[in-house]
Amino acid sequence: MSMRVGDESGRARAAALDPGVVPADAVVTPGDGAEWRTAWRRFRHHRAAMLGLGFLVFMVLACFVGAKFAQEPNLQNLLEPTSGPSTAHWFGTDELSRDTLSRVLHGGQISLTVALGVALLSTVIGVVIGALAGFYRGWLDGLLMRFTDLWLALPALPFLAVAVSIGTVDLGPLGDLDLGGPLGITLLLSCLLWGSIARVVRGATLALREREFVDAARAVGASNTRIITRHVLPNCLGPIIVNATLVVAEAILVETTLSFLGFGIQPPTPSWGNLLSDSIGTVDDWWWLTVFPGLAIFLTVLAVNFVGDGLRDAFDPRRRLRA
Amino acid sequence: MTSTGGLAALSIDGLSVQFAGDRAPVQAVHGVSFSVERGETLAVVGESGSGKTVTALAVMGLVEQPGAITDGDVRLAGRPLVGLPERDYRHVRGRQLAMVFQDPMSSLNPVQRVGAQVAEAMLVHGTARTRRRARPQVLELFERVGLVPAARLARAYPHQLSGGMRQRVMIAMALANRPHVLIADEPTTALDVTTQAQIFELLVDLQREMGLALVLVTHDLGVVAGVADRVVVMYAGRVVEEAGIDRLFTRSGHQYTRGLLASVPRGTDDHAALPAISGSPPDLAAIPPGCAFHPRCPIAEERGSNVVPELRALGDGHRAACHFADEVSVGARPV
Repeated sequence: MSMRVGDESGRARAAALDPGVVPADAVVTPGDGAEWRTAWRRFRHHRAAMLGLGFLVFMVLACFVGAKFAQEPNLQNLLEPTSGPSTAHWFGTDELSRDTLSRVLHGGQISLTVALGVALLSTVIGVVIGALAGFYRGWLDGLLMRFTDLWLALPALPFLAVAVSIGTVDLGPLGDLDLGGPLGITLLLSCLLWGSIARVVRGATLALREREFVDAARAVGASNTRIITRHVLPNCLGPIIVNATLVVAEAILVETTLSFLGFGIQPPTPSWGNLLSDSIGTVDDWWWLTVFPGLAIFLTVLAVNFVGDGLRDAFDPRRRLRA
Repeated sequence: MTSTGGLAALSIDGLSVQFAGDRAPVQAVHGVSFSVERGETLAVVGESGSGKTVTALAVMGLVEQPGAITDGDVRLAGRPLVGLPERDYRHVRGRQLAMVFQDPMSSLNPVQRVGAQVAEAMLVHGTARTRRRARPQVLELFERVGLVPAARLARAYPHQLSGGMRQRVMIAMALANRPHVLIADEPTTALDVTTQAQIFELLVDLQREMGLALVLVTHDLGVVAGVADRVVVMYAGRVVEEAGIDRLFTRSGHQYTRGLLASVPRGTDDHAALPAISGSPPDLAAIPPGCAFHPRCPIAEERGSNVVPELRALGDGHRAACHFADEVSVGARPV
């Protein structure tokens, strides 16, 4: 709260201009949770976002449910090695005659789980650090933001390559952690991707903490913890969700790149990245080994970005709903 | 003015609040003193920038960097509040000492149901253990402040309510823990005129019913007349006059108060221009030396520009900070 002196007239004017001001005792009733409902209505009008959402739902179902009906991904059948797409093997088979469709779906399980895990974890880290920095300001803000800069400045691939090549680390009572396994990759990627969320949340918190309802909450005796969790964070859910979505796309790409370079998920466990990597020498003859995993990555990332776009527009109060 | 064992519900003594400015520090409040008893309504009146809102925030312990209380004392039923650790202050806020803010449009959390926000005031202080247990009390409060049907309105989000209804929610929130002192900071400024009257009526009713010490911060002397027992007039961060309501309207001892009184529309002669105080309030970073009001004062003399007038007792609880208070008070000086 900076100067409170002499701002009455400004406030009153702002209130007079506010389209939300309605005559006394009138109740506007677009139902409960109108903010979310409006956001959903805007989102529904965003064609690309709806398309993306549809594709993602399909992809998740295919990978996690459909894969159950597909052939075992590591089953080798030396009678029909490297055959092109057919009715028996829609995406063809590889040189060990493993079913490519099954491997893409199972690889998707790993890639999508890692991406989702990274989005979740990096959002939690980013929100906590951003909220603390923005709310308390001062030296804590400086410390946390420099710490954030540090992580943002790390060159991602060399860092990951080095970390993964350390291999398995002993976490004492927590057991061993394979940095190259799905869990290890999730943790490593989260370390790299929380920075942007922390910055966004810090910015939103800096603005929100000056709002009058935060003063009002203070005036009824609410603690800082309560103000942050009940009043500040619920009001920046929009940007948080949008950013989490974008992290999903980024995580898929980085995980793929890493696996492609041979540092990520190790074969024979399939992931979208190592499927691509395995096929790289044979694109000319066995195109299906490259194209199908490639398409899966490309379309998924595109869909996630569309959804992110749609969410950003849906939560942006400056965008009015077109009738 | 009744005394309860000599301990005012709220007393402020020599309170000063300073904000670090770009050029010079801004002295928003300068040596302000007043007190309120339970069951009494004190109006704090002044223009924008007179320091009344900052005074209110200082009492609540809500002055933040770059602002700070530099001097003085705030006592709640004798208990000193200035310098109280935040942890302890929090238990006072909303329990013994509550505040209604100026703009109900922005004082409610837009993404939380209003019923939950009122319940929160109880949960914070343990008046209710869970939100569910708070519900009957919340509904009772809603009915008391005129929000009916309570059950339906408690489920509303702030943007679904009108300004007046939102201010009623704020009042319910402030009174949730039955405080002894309520500070209402321009509670009706953002509302339309008919709603203003209703909100004032509600505040006065509740004040009588609960025996509240009510501090009503306002810039409108017109509304003060029907509501307040006593009035404190502030100008440029200082108290320039304090008097019982009748005495203030009939025998004001300060030119500034007289100017304010003259500029209240009376609705009698709609052709005459409303007299206004010439000039504008001073920049708080550069308050004029001497009497801060002297550049705008019609009767200022040499003394006004170099001597700060003391707040002098004129009898009957009347104090004024004017070099000519006695003469002004009896009307010997022209307005």
